[in-house]
Amino acid sequence: MIEFGKQKGWIRYLTEHPVGRKRDERLFIDEKHSCPSCQRPIAAEEMEKTLYTCPHCTHHFRLTAWERIRSTADEGVFQEFAADMETMNPLGFPGYEEKLAAIRQKTGLKEAVVSGLCKVNGTDVVLAVMDFRFIGGSMGSVVGEKIMRAMLVGAEKRLPVIVFAASGGARMQEGILSLMQMAKTAVATQALEKRRCPYFVVLTDPTTAGVLASFAMLGDVILAEPGALMRFAGARVVAGTIREKVPDNFPLSAFHLDRGFLDAVVPRKDLKRILSFLIRTHPVAQGGRG
Amino acid sequence: MSDNPIRQKLEELKGLARHSRIDLSREIVELEKKLDASLTPENEAWRRVELARHPERPTTLDYAQAMFDDFVELHGDRTFSDDPALVGGIALLAGRPVTFVGHQKGKNMKDNLKRNFGMAHPEGYRKAVRLARQAEKFGRPVLTFIDTPGAFPGVAAEERGISQAIASTMKEFADLEVPVVVTVLGEGGSGGAIGIGVGDAILIMENAFYSVISPEGCASILLRDPSKARYSASLLKLTPECLLEFHVVDRIVREPAGGAHVDPAAAAASLKAAILAALEELDKKNPETLLAERHAKFLSLGVFSEQEPQRKSLLQRLRDYF
Repeated sequence: MIEFGKQKGWIRYLTEHPVGRKRDERLFIDEKHSCPSCQRPIAAEEMEKTLYTCPHCTHHFRLTAWERIRSTADEGVFQEFAADMETMNPLGFPGYEEKLAAIRQKTGLKEAVVSGLCKVNGTDVVLAVMDFRFIGGSMGSVVGEKIMRAMLVGAEKRLPVIVFAASGGARMQEGILSLMQMAKTAVATQALEKRRCPYFVVLTDPTTAGVLASFAMLGDVILAEPGALMRFAGARVVAGTIREKVPDNFPLSAFHLDRGFLDAVVPRKDLKRILSFLIRTHPVAQGGRG
Repeated sequence: MSDNPIRQKLEELKGLARHSRIDLSREIVELEKKLDASLTPENEAWRRVELARHPERPTTLDYAQAMFDDFVELHGDRTFSDDPALVGGIALLAGRPVTFVGHQKGKNMKDNLKRNFGMAHPEGYRKAVRLARQAEKFGRPVLTFIDTPGAFPGVAAEERGISQAIASTMKEFADLEVPVVVTVLGEGGSGGAIGIGVGDAILIMENAFYSVISPEGCASILLRDPSKARYSASLLKLTPECLLEFHVVDRIVREPAGGAHVDPAAAAASLKAAILAALEELDKKNPETLLAERHAKFLSLGVFSEQEPQRKSLLQRLRDYF
């Protein structure tokens, strides 16, 4: 493991979490016993073996951030960045603080993204994972800041950066500041560009709007899970603006692959292998420009 | 109309007082008090929204006509087509070549159908990047003008990658080695607006707004009551004064009384002076400083709490990575 000196400013403190083979019972809440796609019953232990995909029809269930980390990182330690960072209701939006308190209680998360350092197949990487349960994985100031820092740590330490996206878009309760996170995260990708650090994105169900139209579409390689909803405008926005009728589950990852906006659609069982391959084929020269 | 009736009466009275010998000062003071009382945050936010969307409000090409000595519009993204909802070209601003890009709304129904109500498709953003890179090659500053209800949300836009187009436009503008001055002319609607919103100086017209979602959208999605658009306009803190406080914009450009449509020439003169002033400041910076400060400007946007204090300044730390 790299020695993380304190001299550079992007990692202020790290919170260590064990990443084990055994799942953490407290973190798993997505337990469903019948597949929403084919309606057939699924045993809980079977779900675990298939990484929460339906053994009958391969429907991919949404993962919590910690389940995703467990299925991606090697066994050992996940060193989380800025674990206590919190939003401050900058607009004084009514009901927002109550909503945050309830969702924190329910999910055990502070915000809609968990980011930190871990190993994937023996290589150090920066990993940021969004969690759709936290106000629809929406991007406010904290999500934007954490994604930006993940990229800047990658640039600082010259490590690959992997982001798992899952989001309903901008956090409306933070108004214009949430819109600005789109620009902030897009600008931050330039740091990786300048330092020649690889940036891989995995789009999971669903990745939409402000997140899709910023850092999620800027990876050097962009992967998506099968059946992941990916769209710029939600059905309600479309109906409200142009009176065009769009189905709720349109368009999915296959549509974007077909139109040339994705590098590959990868089933969950192959994801770690493909990511490992990408990391291996993108060695970062230490001590290059910068 | 959209403007405050008390304000209109006050202007009338002031005009009358100037041209007659009747002493109206008492009435004027009374009206001013009444006006202050009517300026609740809710009314004020909604007044800006209505003025920003005023059907006669000057558009990007109106400002181009009024501000530039001369200009030629350039078309097409060289890949798919030309987007009439996002225009651009080369212009002479006070004798100096500049490149401009901006959303273009229509003046009437027919024109609006052609302009798609200022809602750009992916090819519009790709044209903006093409023209901006061309400007960089020839050392011209880039001016962008934001005036859109949002990017086009239909299937055609999804098919051609509207998300990718907006994302990469922001990324490309982050890297342009020439000064970029952004002006919000009217409606600053969501992702479609921020797509051409990355720059060194961010100006906003006095009666424009900038928001993550339209007040109507916020009312129906968050408040679950479409009739509460007025109220949600004030919740969203979308007025130029609020934006200044959040450091989202750098300067508010004054408009003639009643709004830019009352005297488009005066509005254009006011904007031209503001753009020239911004360019004068930016001209003093070398490309390295320009980029470092642009990055720092956007990377520092946001409000959150964290226990540990920052050690080095943001600008200092960014210099290490770019």
